[in-house]
Parts: sequence; C-alpha cells; structure tokens
Amino acid sequence: MKPDMTVNIAGIALRNPVMTASGTFGYGAEFAQYVDLEKIGAFVTKGLSLQPRAGNPTPRIVETPGGMLNAIGLQNVGIDAFIEKKVPFLRTVNTPAIANFFGNTVDEYVEMARRLDGIPEIAALEVNISCPNVKQGGIVFGTDAQCAFGVVAACREATIKPLIVKLSPNVTDIVSMARACADAGADALSLINTLTGMAIDLNSRKPVLANITGGFSGPAIKPVALRMVWQVARVVKIPIIGIGGIMTATDALEFILAGATAIQVGTASFINPSAAQEIAEGMEAWLVNNGVASVNSLIGALEV
Amino acid sequence: MQFKSMILANAEVSPGYWRMRMTAPPEFAAAQPGQFVMVRVNSAIDPLLRRPFGIFDVGTYVPAHSGAQPQPYLEMLYRVVGKGTAMLSELHETDLLDILGPLGKGFDLGPLEEEKLIVGGGVGLAPLYLLAKELVRQSRVRLFAGGRTRDDILCITEFERLGVECYVATEDGSLGERGLVTEALEKRLDLDAGNASIFACGPHGMLNAVAAIAARRALSCQVSLEGYMACGMGACLGCVTPGHHHSPETPDYRCVCTDGPVFDSVDLKWGA
Repeated sequence: MKPDMTVNIAGIALRNPVMTASGTFGYGAEFAQYVDLEKIGAFVTKGLSLQPRAGNPTPRIVETPGGMLNAIGLQNVGIDAFIEKKVPFLRTVNTPAIANFFGNTVDEYVEMARRLDGIPEIAALEVNISCPNVKQGGIVFGTDAQCAFGVVAACREATIKPLIVKLSPNVTDIVSMARACADAGADALSLINTLTGMAIDLNSRKPVLANITGGFSGPAIKPVALRMVWQVARVVKIPIIGIGGIMTATDALEFILAGATAIQVGTASFINPSAAQEIAEGMEAWLVNNGVASVNSLIGALEV
Repeated sequence: MQFKSMILANAEVSPGYWRMRMTAPPEFAAAQPGQFVMVRVNSAIDPLLRRPFGIFDVGTYVPAHSGAQPQPYLEMLYRVVGKGTAMLSELHETDLLDILGPLGKGFDLGPLEEEKLIVGGGVGLAPLYLLAKELVRQSRVRLFAGGRTRDDILCITEFERLGVECYVATEDGSLGERGLVTEALEKRLDLDAGNASIFACGPHGMLNAVAAIAARRALSCQVSLEGYMACGMGACLGCVTPGHHHSPETPDYRCVCTDGPVFDSVDLKWGA
C-alpha cells in the first residue's frame, strides 16, 4: 500500500515533507529541467530584500571536507524584480512556493512581510533572522532572544500568511531562541541556517573567502543540526522544518525522528540538482519497505 | 541535462595534464564551443562539489563489438591541481561519472570573413579545440598557445591537423618563442592588423592582457572565464565576476556559469 507522505506545516498541506532550502534552489525555475517540482513538498525561493543586493566580492565559496563555506552576501533581485520576473513562474507550478526574506531593520522586515503578504502565488513566508540589525549596533537579530522576539512579532502583525522563522545555529542556546520566536507568533521554525566558519590559505596567509568568514553547510553539519532539531522539538509545540546536511532519504528520516515535521534540502541540490525529488522518493520507499503507513507516525518518534 | 557517462580513455598527455574521453548523450552533438560540464568525481562526500571542465571535443566513435552503431563521446582536457582532479586522473576505462551539461553560454563564432585568433594559456586551451574545429570550416584560424614550459603546451598537433597555424610561446623558452603568449599575439597583430577577432581562455592575468590588446586595437574579443562554483546553473551565485560598470556603489555581478563562461571582453571589468 502507498504510504501517506502528506504533512501539514502551519496550515499548508504538503504532498511530502521535502522542501528545498533558500539560496540553494534559485527562484525555482533554475531547477525545473532537473526536478519535477510537483514531486516535492514545497520550494523556498532565494532570500529577498526590499532593494536588490549585489552581494559580496569573490571568492564567495570554498569547499571543505564534507561541506562548503559560502559568503554570497544575500545577493538577490529585490522584491520589485521578484514580483515582475520571478512570480509568473510560480503560477505555473502546482507546489507551494515559500518566499524567504530579510531586512536590515525591523521596519524593513515588516515592509517585506507586508509586500509578500499581497502575493497570492506565495504560500508562506520564511523569515531569515540571521542578519545584523543596523539600528542596534549590528547585533544579529537571531542571536538575541529579545531581538528575535521583536522582529518576529512585528512580522506576525504584517502578514496573515503562515510565518516560518529560520533560526541561526550561531547561538549559545538554540532553545531560548526557538521559544522566543514561537512566543512571538511564528507558525513554524526552520533550523538550522549555516554555521559561521572560515578557511585559511596557509601559503598566502590569507582567508580564502573575500568576506573572511562564511556560512558552513553540507553533510559535515548534519550532527549539529540533528541535535538542535531534537532539542527544540522537545520544547516547542509548533512544527519544525529540519535543515542541515541532508543528502539522502536516510538523513531526512533521521530529522523526522528527531522531531521535524518536514525537511529542507540545501547544499545537496548544488551537487545533485534532482536531490530533493530523489530524497522524497527514497523516503517513500523506506516507509514501504518498513511497513510504515504514514510519515506522520515517525515525527519525533526517536526512542531514547 | 544530468547523465551517467562511461570513461572510454583517460591518459596523461603532458606531465600533470590529462585528457579524458567519455560517453555522452546524443544532445552533445549540439554542444557549443565554450560550454562546460560539471563532473562529480565520485559519489562520496569528499570532495563534495562537482568540478567544472570546458568541453574539449565532441564526436562519435564506433564501439569495438561487431555491428555497433557510432556513439557520441565527449572529451575534457584537465590539469591535476587538487584532490578532485587527482582522483579524476586515477579513474580508468569503464568507470562511471555523473555529469551535468552542456552548461553555459559558448563562443559566438562571428562573421566568416575575418581572421580568427585563438589565444590559450596552459589548460586554458581546453575549450578552444572545439572552437577551432568549428572556425576552420569557414575562416582562417591562428592559435597562440602559451605556458611556463614546454610541458604546459598541449595538443598542438591536434590543432595543426585542423589546419590551424600555431604560434607557441613559453616563459622559459623550452618550446617556441621565449616570452608571454600575449607578446606573440601582439607581434602577429603588428605584422597584420587586418580584420581579426580574438578568442581567449587562460589565467586571469593573460586574459586581462589580451582584453587590453583587443581594446587598444578595437578588435572584437571573447574570453572564457573560470570561476569557483558549486552548482553550475546559476543558483549558488558563487562564481560571479564583475561586469564592465561594476563598482562598490553600482554593483554589477555576472554569473560565470549562466551569463558566461564566455563573455565579450568589453562587458567585463578588467584590472589596471
């Protein structure tokens, strides 16, 4: 019998728990020739800001054992070009599109949430709080519980669409961040964003990335991500979307066991553009082989 | 497209430089000179990312068994520079590779009547062979191949066989003229600055010099760039290069993978 792969995230029914992670899947169209977008649960578009952003100088990426560092600098087309040039494609795909966004100030976040709220093709918003607050000395919103609460509560007021908050792992206590965002009205949490890292070229005695530091992603970060998902899932009631180094269906199912309702495939899409679809198919095959009738019965089913 | 390819041959053609022939889907017959492929060196996670390689050649071969039909192949010319390329060099006939391609925007062949000047530095020759093959059908083609030593001068006889007139320059003088390939190019242009266009691939310093030569003489010039990239399809935004009008105030980044890898040299920002 075909297992039930559908899950519900903040009121959006997904045909399966597999989503793509922001910044690894373009605006969707880039991958259409490699992935049947209607075989995955949802896709998240590249992080958007009010104004277009050029991003950082190069080198922007470097490979590390089992992972990569990126310092793209949130390059994106900006909300106006997104609406004009990218949204028409979303209309052609029968899969929820989730818009990831960020701002430099609470006001910018609110304005973005308000603008995205008005786009019918967008099923939900994912807010990236791993950005510095330029009005508060550059403190990263997502590394201070009060700051995180403030920006999420403000976005909550600005949209009636489901609001997913993407958490930064670069904190002392991920649970307090998760609680603050849940208390501020988030409908779901996605975690983890990249871990801050760096790479050095011994011969030149210089950092490899022009930005010096970058976000560490890929299979090497999976254990950290699994641990954080597990910790958060034990204390918050809203659904969790697990992210971090997922390369295979096995990885994905481990996150579900740890307490995630859905997962996002990120870096894997760079290496294998059809990874998200293959992971969704692999998860279903695992359920069949193991006589599990519904993926929902695995959520948080870790035996400790 | 994404496909599994079987290695047909993998041989060192000069110390540190390898040439690999592998099976390709029929679509590769239409690959444009200058396009590239993203190759997954193995299925493990180290190295994690694919490696980009220019398409050196495409063609058909007849498999060894009787009654076999001609099958398409693809060739790459690569230099062993790190872990990924070292692993690639250790692969053998019948080993399988996961490949994405053909990717990117290739060379515009331009008007037939002009002379075509191809400039390659070291392994930068890789995407220029297929280009020469196309160009020689209609136009006079000269190749300027440069490198540090004779070991860095690759596949010259292949170009000669196409009917391309080859000029070689090495920095140590071990083959051809002693000096930079750009000096050889300038010498030729001094002799005959007629109607010519330039196609170049190689180290950034060489491309910078070629672009400057083309600008001074108002010649059309296309360059093929390399970039650190994770995906090859415009998603990671790792491989960007500054466009002509780029400045910190008016940023203008182009993706090497999807806007290029071939650019008109006047569209890019060059160093002083």
